[in-house]
Amino acid sequence: MKYTPNSPTVVEDMLRSTGFSSLDELFTDIPEAIKLKRELNLGSGRGEIELTRELKGLAAKNLTTEDYACFLGAGAYDHYIPAAIDQLLLRSEFYTAYTPYQAEISQGILQSIFEYQSMICLLTGMDVANASMYDGGSALAEACNLACTNAKGKKVLLPDTVHPEYVQVLKTYAISGKMDIVTVPSDRGVSDLDKMISLVDKDTACVVIQQPNFFGHLEEVEKLADAVHGQKGFLVMAVDPISLAILKPPAELGADIVVGEGQPLGNSLSFGGPYLGFFAASKKFLRKLPGRIVGQTTDTEGRRAFVLTLQAREQHIRREKASSNICSNQALNALAATMYLTLIGSTGLQAIATRCHQLAVYAAQELEKAGLKLKYQHPFFREFAVLMDDPAGVNDRLLQNGIIGGYELPDAMLLAFTEKRTRAEIDRLVAVLGGRA
Amino acid sequence: MSKLIFEKNHKGSNSFTIPPADIPEVDIAATIPPSFLREAAPHLPDISEVEAVRHFVDLSHKAYGVDNGFYPLGSCTMKYSPKINEWAARLPGFSNIHPYQPAQTVQGAMELLYNMQNLLAEITGMDAVTLQPAAGAHGEMTGVMVIKAYHQHRNDHHRTKMMVPDSAHGTNPATANVVGFDVIEVKSNSRGLVDLEDLKSKMSPEIAGLMLTNPNTLGLFEEEIQDIAAVIHEAGGLLYYDGANLNAIMGISRPGDMGFDVVHLNLHKTFSTPHGGGGPGSGPVGVKSHLADYLPVPLVVKENDKYVFDYNRPQSIGKVKNFYGNFGVIVKAYTYILALGAEGIKDAAQQAVLNANYLRQQLKKDYHIPFDRLCKHEFVATAKTQMDENGVTTLDIAKRLTDYGFHPPTVYFPLIVKEALMIEPTETETKERLDDFLQAMSAIAEEARNHPEIVTAAPNNAVITRVDEVTAARNPIVKWEDNF
Amino acid sequence: MNIPKNLLYTSEHEWIRVDGDQVYLGITDFAQHHLGDIVFVELPELDTEVVSGDSIAVVESVKAVSSVYSPVSGTVVENNEELEDSPELLNEDPYTNHIAVINIDNPDQLEDLMSPAAYEAFCAEQE
Repeated sequence: MKYTPNSPTVVEDMLRSTGFSSLDELFTDIPEAIKLKRELNLGSGRGEIELTRELKGLAAKNLTTEDYACFLGAGAYDHYIPAAIDQLLLRSEFYTAYTPYQAEISQGILQSIFEYQSMICLLTGMDVANASMYDGGSALAEACNLACTNAKGKKVLLPDTVHPEYVQVLKTYAISGKMDIVTVPSDRGVSDLDKMISLVDKDTACVVIQQPNFFGHLEEVEKLADAVHGQKGFLVMAVDPISLAILKPPAELGADIVVGEGQPLGNSLSFGGPYLGFFAASKKFLRKLPGRIVGQTTDTEGRRAFVLTLQAREQHIRREKASSNICSNQALNALAATMYLTLIGSTGLQAIATRCHQLAVYAAQELEKAGLKLKYQHPFFREFAVLMDDPAGVNDRLLQNGIIGGYELPDAMLLAFTEKRTRAEIDRLVAVLGGRA
Repeated sequence: MSKLIFEKNHKGSNSFTIPPADIPEVDIAATIPPSFLREAAPHLPDISEVEAVRHFVDLSHKAYGVDNGFYPLGSCTMKYSPKINEWAARLPGFSNIHPYQPAQTVQGAMELLYNMQNLLAEITGMDAVTLQPAAGAHGEMTGVMVIKAYHQHRNDHHRTKMMVPDSAHGTNPATANVVGFDVIEVKSNSRGLVDLEDLKSKMSPEIAGLMLTNPNTLGLFEEEIQDIAAVIHEAGGLLYYDGANLNAIMGISRPGDMGFDVVHLNLHKTFSTPHGGGGPGSGPVGVKSHLADYLPVPLVVKENDKYVFDYNRPQSIGKVKNFYGNFGVIVKAYTYILALGAEGIKDAAQQAVLNANYLRQQLKKDYHIPFDRLCKHEFVATAKTQMDENGVTTLDIAKRLTDYGFHPPTVYFPLIVKEALMIEPTETETKERLDDFLQAMSAIAEEARNHPEIVTAAPNNAVITRVDEVTAARNPIVKWEDNF
Repeated sequence: MNIPKNLLYTSEHEWIRVDGDQVYLGITDFAQHHLGDIVFVELPELDTEVVSGDSIAVVESVKAVSSVYSPVSGTVVENNEELEDSPELLNEDPYTNHIAVINIDNPDQLEDLMSPAAYEAFCAEQE
């Protein structure tokens, strides 16, 4: 296939009227020594029939969550996506548009981002939200960076109950030298509050809490918030957006910056991306936030209008003084999240969150009845770890039984539940885990 | 004007349901201590499906994409996004797989990633590629982190400065700062290229590297790239390739052959994946072999006909995002590269450059072109004439273009050109479209001469007139504040 | 271009008015004109100790951002809080609306500043 629409005759015509005799002549400014003297080794082009054959062939080698019941979570969740979303996302005015720099012809995208920001604020209880970031992990790294640029110190207290990939991303960002990451270990499945609080000092820029944490459990946050605020540091929380239908909004817990993985809100699993990281904060950070922000204003006729605003924060204006280099958002993923929250509504979101929790509770009880033990005994939302000797071996057995098992910990399996799971699927899971299948 | 979704709220109109419970419906308060629970559900809008769908369709009518028309946004490569790409990414075998599934259940996805690593290495002339970064700026950050890790690993801790040309994208200096380098700006010469003398005079053992876009943001090929590379390398620095403008040269010249050590690509520019109204993109990073150990984990490797994730890379910088990158975007770009093949990739670059030069030649009748010579995929025109003669600015011309049905070019960039209009037609435009655009530009020049008030009042046909950006920034309203 | 005769100036387009041990500091007409509509001023915290050359405030317009550097060492004893709600005052009258008042450590530092005439010549060069 080629997507260059001009015929050879037209190309000839254009070359001639531009004063060139051949296409090669358009590249005389490239020194001969660095020109490629051969064809790229990419093979020949393919028509659509060959393409569909080849791609279907690759896709067919993957086992999907449509075919098997999926109990994997750990940061990406197999939720139902209302049918309307993909149909709407295929409107190419949305997906083939660029960042809405030209406000007058981009009101639709700008308004959708404004609605997205508003919904993120509703979920988290925070004052402001940006237009979204790459994903949950990078949003957490940006959050800690924001805390460090606005606090006296640069110490980031990080409990080891935070998702290990988030931790890894944060530590990678810290190559900048602008953050000192201090990991606080705990072996209890929730963070060691006393130890965390004792480590908070005047050099502490922020403490990080994931809620629910990586193991699915709920963290006590308020005392930690008081401790870090007492030292003029900030509380950064990473949250599961589905859980916010029933859990206390982070703003009420004292969070200053709230981030999270937005994938569960209407975005397909897609082997890990594209997803979106949501990013919300209290008002004092409004002019410091990384990323795009849409604001409401008026046009010259006084009509309501939306526009990318507070751009003086951003790289194209601040250049080497910008504290983040991000120059995009995950607009289409954020749009999917906005559509999702619109289509399911408050009661739908609450029903989904409640079902996730109830299925998890049911599974935990059945597993215990079958003689298995949970790794930690704390309240959980929709995920928990169950002890076992050989999680990888168990996952193989689950696959043979039509089940995609959980995330493998060294001595346990982290199981996640969405509203798509059924009692029958859980019973089958328990039967395999309990050695009865 | 569209009502906000919140203003369409009608209590009781949403009827989304989940299946009846087949498990005991325990009261949440019995299994989660009340101190963790919120008092009331978040007040999302309550709306029927039909009205929700109409809302978003209405919003789509107030957006402008490549499928609506010509989009000559310089440095953004707004080429046509083939529809087969969208189909491919939506195959259930790609869209419904969890990132933590056992490797044996996702061999097709891993094979695709593995092949893509190799295809991009071939196109750029690099030895190893990571697909993890989520966007161009994210790729830049990853690449600059790799440079930092390389110097640190060699105990070369004095290299605290990164060089960036004055014509660079804002992300270059911002990235260098974010990764912890001080920025040294290199001047452009009168030909719009890196001033080699200025570069030499600023070289020192403290320089970690130079970030360069080639062709540069003026659309000009850095003809002295080999000398630039020699200067940087002799002083122990590394050369970074910002792939924003790769579309001009793919299949013709490779960054790896020019002497670059690190390159990032923008799959959403060069490889036709749609921009999505601001994202998602994908920003793979390629490196020469001496930097391969520092790439993020994991890379996909092939062992005995099986694809595996290689996490055992002790010198790796770590991870820049969760999982393996924007897989769905990568599928689209992979489909595109397969569709085009070697010949098509080169053809795309050639046609992109032809279209740009055609526009440049024709446009100079009415507009000032500061560097009027052979350009690559884009060039910079200015509103100098219109500004000097009639006080019509670049912004006015941009807004007026929307009345003629075109998306405006990139404006006021690069910073080294006053009243810049940076025009990148891409290869997927017909001569007829380009001629229509030229006609519109010519008509606007005419209007600027005879009726400047029409241009300065533009847009006249959009859903709104110009917006008050000052009030937006002075008194920010960034969320819906009403109550139901 | 308005360049009052009773002030001193810096090459970063700041004005300084000396009042005993204290100096009033603001941005010049040239600076506000080139920034355009000013939308936000980030003020220095009170009691901040500054060294000459430090950035003590940030002035933002829609399309630009500019740091305000202190040409003197000393302590910030006042910041003009009115600018938080009304940043446009810097556009309307940059010389009566100062940004901060600094108690200076060493009056000798004032000798490095430009006279109105020198500043006028400097601006002419920059245009």
